[in-house]
Amino acid sequence: MKEFFETSIEPHFNYWVYVILMMIGLWAVIAKNNLIKKLIGMSIFQTAIILFYVSVGVKKGSGIPIIPKAKEAAAGAGEHGAAGAVNPDLFANPLPHVLMLTAIVVGVSTLGVALAVAQQLFKDFGTLEEDEILEQIKTADKASPDG
Amino acid sequence: MIPIFDYIILIFMVIAAIISLKVKDLLSASMVFGIYSFLICLLWAEMGAVDVAFTEAAVGAGVSAVFLIATVYNTKRRSSD
Repeated sequence: MKEFFETSIEPHFNYWVYVILMMIGLWAVIAKNNLIKKLIGMSIFQTAIILFYVSVGVKKGSGIPIIPKAKEAAAGAGEHGAAGAVNPDLFANPLPHVLMLTAIVVGVSTLGVALAVAQQLFKDFGTLEEDEILEQIKTADKASPDG
Repeated sequence: MIPIFDYIILIFMVIAAIISLKVKDLLSASMVFGIYSFLICLLWAEMGAVDVAFTEAAVGAGVSAVFLIATVYNTKRRSSD
């Protein structure tokens, strides 16, 4: 048990938590009855995916990906970039960060549109509970079978 | 990246996610979801993704929480589950 903790859980703790958060979000989207709760679950699912991508870029003992004295480092680099070249082990990989910036903004706009649709549903049905909305649709269908 | 800080924030994040889905008052759920967003913002600053951290603080925590609270204001506050 202790060995399992030291070899599997402790070095990859970010990945374990990302899977747990993702399953919490998936459970909320599937099993919750209230539409706003479903949307909160969707947001949690999305942040879990972003957490995975950012965890890929991080290294042990790395700092933020800003190179101090970048001018001097560039000037010191020779033809093949050996002298004064930047050591990449000191910085987190910035590529996944840049990709995930877009994902955050897209996620917020998705949430905004979904909440607008939820408000319109509340205006039409007077409730945000999924089973009550389905019940009302069913009774409306029975009242007018041609529709 | 600072490991012990990492573990503490991740555990708090799981707790905040569960609370925001379990609480029946939707305004409380929105606020706890804001706490979750700020925790993940802290985690990203700690993991070296400062650009993602301040985007999350402004857009994720700020705007999402405002959207959720506006929706709760315009609809019902109680949830069945």
